[in-house]
Amino acid sequence: MSAILHRRPGLRLGLLLTPPMLWLGVAYLGALGALFITSLWGQNSFTGEIERSWTLDNFRDLFQLEVYRTITFRTLGIAALVTIVDAAVAFPIALYMAKVASPRVQRLLVIAVLMPLWASYLVKAFAWRGMLSEGGLVAWLAVPFGLDSPGYGLTATIITLAYLWLPYMIIPIFAGLERLPDSLLEASSDLGARSGHTMRHVVLPLAFPALVAGSIFTFSLSMGDYIAVRIVGGTNQMLGNVVYDNVGAANNLPFAAAVATIPVVVMLFYLAAVRRTGALDNL
Amino acid sequence: MRKISVLAGACALALVVAGCGSSGDNGTTTTAGGEFEVPDLPMLDSLGENEGEVSILAWPYYAEDGTADPAADWVTPFEKATGCEASVKYFQTSDEAVTLFKTGEYDVVSASGDASLRLIASGDVEPVNTDLVESYADIYPFLKDREWNSIDGQMYGVPHGYGANVLMWRTDIVKPAPTSWSAVFEPDSPHAGKITAYDNAIYIADAALYLMNTQPDLGIKHPYALDEEQLQAAIDVLKTQKEMVSEYWSDYLKEEQAFTTGDTVIGTTWQGIANFLKGEKVKVESILPEEGSTGWSDTWMVGANSESKNCAYAWMDHIASAEVNAQVAEYYGESPANSKACDEITDPTFCESYHAGDEAYADQIWYWTTPIEKCLDGRTDVKCTDYSRWTQAWTEVKG
Amino acid sequence: MTLSRGMRIVLVIFTVLALVFVYTPLALVVLNSFNTSRAFAWPPTDLTLQWWEAAAASQGARDALWVSLQVAALATLISLVLGTMAGLALQRHRFFGRSSVSLLIILPIALPGIVTGIALNNAFRTIFGWDLGFLTIVVAHATFCIVTVFNNVQARLRRLGGNLEEASMDLGAGTFTTFRLVTFPMLRSALLAGGLLAFGLSFDEIIVTTFTAGAQEQTLPIWIFNNMFRPNQAPVVNVVAAVLVLASAIPIYFAQRLSGSTNEGLTGAR
Repeated sequence: MSAILHRRPGLRLGLLLTPPMLWLGVAYLGALGALFITSLWGQNSFTGEIERSWTLDNFRDLFQLEVYRTITFRTLGIAALVTIVDAAVAFPIALYMAKVASPRVQRLLVIAVLMPLWASYLVKAFAWRGMLSEGGLVAWLAVPFGLDSPGYGLTATIITLAYLWLPYMIIPIFAGLERLPDSLLEASSDLGARSGHTMRHVVLPLAFPALVAGSIFTFSLSMGDYIAVRIVGGTNQMLGNVVYDNVGAANNLPFAAAVATIPVVVMLFYLAAVRRTGALDNL
Repeated sequence: MRKISVLAGACALALVVAGCGSSGDNGTTTTAGGEFEVPDLPMLDSLGENEGEVSILAWPYYAEDGTADPAADWVTPFEKATGCEASVKYFQTSDEAVTLFKTGEYDVVSASGDASLRLIASGDVEPVNTDLVESYADIYPFLKDREWNSIDGQMYGVPHGYGANVLMWRTDIVKPAPTSWSAVFEPDSPHAGKITAYDNAIYIADAALYLMNTQPDLGIKHPYALDEEQLQAAIDVLKTQKEMVSEYWSDYLKEEQAFTTGDTVIGTTWQGIANFLKGEKVKVESILPEEGSTGWSDTWMVGANSESKNCAYAWMDHIASAEVNAQVAEYYGESPANSKACDEITDPTFCESYHAGDEAYADQIWYWTTPIEKCLDGRTDVKCTDYSRWTQAWTEVKG
Repeated sequence: MTLSRGMRIVLVIFTVLALVFVYTPLALVVLNSFNTSRAFAWPPTDLTLQWWEAAAASQGARDALWVSLQVAALATLISLVLGTMAGLALQRHRFFGRSSVSLLIILPIALPGIVTGIALNNAFRTIFGWDLGFLTIVVAHATFCIVTVFNNVQARLRRLGGNLEEASMDLGAGTFTTFRLVTFPMLRSALLAGGLLAFGLSFDEIIVTTFTAGAQEQTLPIWIFNNMFRPNQAPVVNVVAAVLVLASAIPIYFAQRLSGSTNEGLTGAR
């Protein structure tokens, strides 16, 4: 048996690939396909039964009504800002962990960065709700400086989302920087470059794929999120809320599916663009 | 090569499979001109053996099992008496209730008026044989055979309790005490940025009620019967309000926290939340404003495809019985449905302050009802906006 | 000596500030678990141990924790198997469409959770006609956990090259023996790191789980979701969260030790 497998790499490949592909390729892709087919169907508005008649009504409503455009751009904006904030915060930490910290400190820092992942999402979001409330912790700290807590709204949403996804950004960048040979940095300084220069021209370009890899997570997690914005977002709503509300309100699955195509299309474009940077290897 | 053909095969398979899926098989219904056909479902003839388990879908506080407050437990006695092990799931809005109940995972649901008709029309709930429910006889007559819980005289559930959406405010911040809903709808409020409203499309009816009193020329007679023009007026009111809203609420903790910290100082709420805050020594007060209010009247309904119908009936009988109905009503803060419940309630002023059994008072409340195309106020010359239009409108309002 | 002293100091300060930022909300969670106010008034006027007592007695929390552990363990196991298979396939063979397969594996985690959630819900209930329950949760979790194992395995295999396996084959060992005695030991720490991450992903997952769990089964995040808005329970939820954070240090620490240096372990690819 094993001799046959050895001689026939194709067979080996097939056997190896079939189970995962059977699940992902057929079931998952099929499920996605089924969902998006639903977006082309209509729905009995009162009972919520899906009517299997082909119609483009859902997409027409989606494109024509201004509110959905507003929500889409708001969501994309939030996702982008969250990604930038996370990248800015994660990079120095990751750099410290990878290049400066001693092995023992490095180990402790990895644990310290990963531990918050286990505190439930909801609890962390409510903790921020408490901190940002009137007279809450942030207000306490800000008032002596003449500022005030941003309260609930877009800023709060961005802060909370950035907080929640931070570990997902730190780890890929850390991994990427770890792979950066020290010798490169040494060479750079031997050739006379100052630290800032080395950072800009040696470290950042090489760490870029890792940064992009982390951004895939922060971007997609932000785009689909509907929970954090309900807790700290004040009156704002994001695409995830529209999808969730429509799955709930009158069980309008066709329209929810139509709205859901937006983040999927955005992510597919993003992944395609990102493939060239080699970020997918850095996940 | 192999990969592409596998992908293509997967897509083809997906299309075929999708063609077979995604449909309800609860009988057909049509909406012709706003009337709706009701699936012909049989009701239970007689009670049999209890099945051993029942899955309950309820508004928070309706099915307490002692885990939140050891004193509040009417689920455990039920389990002991009937042998039906109960699992309880809570929902936040009627929309969630409908979606969850449609999954078929639950046997009995406490449906408000804006959910009950949808469930009836889609065949997810079946008519209830009220002769099999002992406690039904004692239910207040004005809760029976209403438009949201019965079709052509056939009851589809057992009434639970009813209440109004009340106006609550922080007494130390909002002075003088408000008396009308205009406190939250009037533009340029002194409390702009700290107002709250209920996060659900049904709240449009509250705006409609406000318009009924402030703009009678619009001709709104029933807050759930709005034609497109009237709906637009309501949307405008709500959009103006949105500028002053700090956040919309649908979960209890959010509103309670907001009032505790002062991020919200005035807005609509349910009596149970006001009671909770008073218990936490937060300075709030609540009233039913002078122009009346929207409200809700809940009905326990049985799933048409439930496999535990006997336990479901047992639950309905239990929760509607005088003693238990009194417990729930007092714990939550609503009017009981059972006329004998007031004898069991420990607080002597409770029934009076909640106007239990007061039919005149109960008539002032505009109970949540699903808006449909056929105008609920009887107009036949126009088409009224239905719930999916309201849902879209609500998304527009929030922006 | 690779970065200037000034740069190092800046990095240290930044890291410390960042850690403060990360841990302050968690400290607040712990503090609130002692807060007498059930609506989390700030600052806490009084402290109490009653919530900790209630949490210790809470059957619901314990059941949910047990379900979560089981689901995460099973999902991790499945994704370990499937992820290794996929990783071996892609790394040891060249075939057309390799990058598409790669993309497909990443898709469940790259697409927003709500899309995966409703797609799988639709598929389970209407297409397959299954009842939602324990197994559907496991299947859903395994779907997006495959990628963490896959990436780690791929990265490790890429670094190791195929020489050792070739040598083993040349010396007469069959395919399976080679896998057992040569490949697997080399992959072990990568599998451990990937598995740990998969476990963590599954344990805290809420969005996809909401759509694929039935009425009877509650994972811990679902229990938290259900109880967060019941005012008497909200502080208990805080207690549970606090315990989770502290308890999570242990498995992470062990994973670090077992995987050798951090170089090999967690950071192999993720």
